Amino acid sequence: MTVIPLSAYVALSAVLFATGLIGVLIRRNFIIVLMAVEIMLNAANINLVAFSHYLESMTGQIVALFVIAIAGGEAAVGLAIIIVVFRGKISTNVDEINLLKW
Amino acid sequence: MVLAFFAYCSLVSIVAGFLTVALKNPVHCGIALLTLLLHVAGLFVLLNAEFLAMVQIIVYAGAILVLYLFVLMLLNLKTDERYLHSKLALILFAAVAICGELLLLIVGSPFSGLKGDAPAEVVLKDGVSYAVGIKIFSDYLLQFEIIGVFLTGAIVGAIVLAKTPTSADTDNREA
Repeated sequence: MTVIPLSAYVALSAVLFATGLIGVLIRRNFIIVLMAVEIMLNAANINLVAFSHYLESMTGQIVALFVIAIAGGEAAVGLAIIIVVFRGKISTNVDEINLLKW
Repeated sequence: MVLAFFAYCSLVSIVAGFLTVALKNPVHCGIALLTLLLHVAGLFVLLNAEFLAMVQIIVYAGAILVLYLFVLMLLNLKTDERYLHSKLALILFAAVAICGELLLLIVGSPFSGLKGDAPAEVVLKDGVSYAVGIKIFSDYLLQFEIIGVFLTGAIVGAIVLAKTPTSADTDNREA
């Protein structure tokens, strides 16, 4: 029925994950770094759902559902941290936030 | 037909992911991320995961991305002249090395394993939402409850972090 091999999905997921990883490493803006983390979580989700489909098991889809929930929590807490840092008149550039206490 | 849909969704996903990382204006990055999320939802439909595709659109594109755009609007960030990290060359080298190893591992891996108990015909008989619901409320009930506790903790943490500090808070900190 399916004409697309599993390795196509895995390769797509790897490319997206690499894009997200490079984004986390090279961008300075904290918000864009969080967006790149979302790209990586999406790549993991593609992997989970693809394996769930090809190995005929429901587990992958349910783990992907949990990953989406955790991504929501991560976004909420990460953006709250950004607001706190920004309120302290520090920039939101990750390479300028280098003190734990000041 | 299926192949064309897969090619379209995957190509647009990759381009949108690249743009999310590369664009300068944070709002444009958010729009590129929205494109990525919608096309990943299209891939989920292709993989017989319609429920997850809807969750992806409602939760990711509808809630999380709007949260990002709201914070961008509230903070009113100015884009710097130099928007990439100051140690770009070193970091890019490390990233390319890690990604190369990742791709090597993927090429060398055999993708097979034990088949589960949910082939496409069984799932499609009652629908995907039914299959996900039965599984999540029987085998994965504990994990489901843990996610509930986790989300409550995340909400409380986010509110405590982001609320405006009152004078009592600063007094406590100085004491």
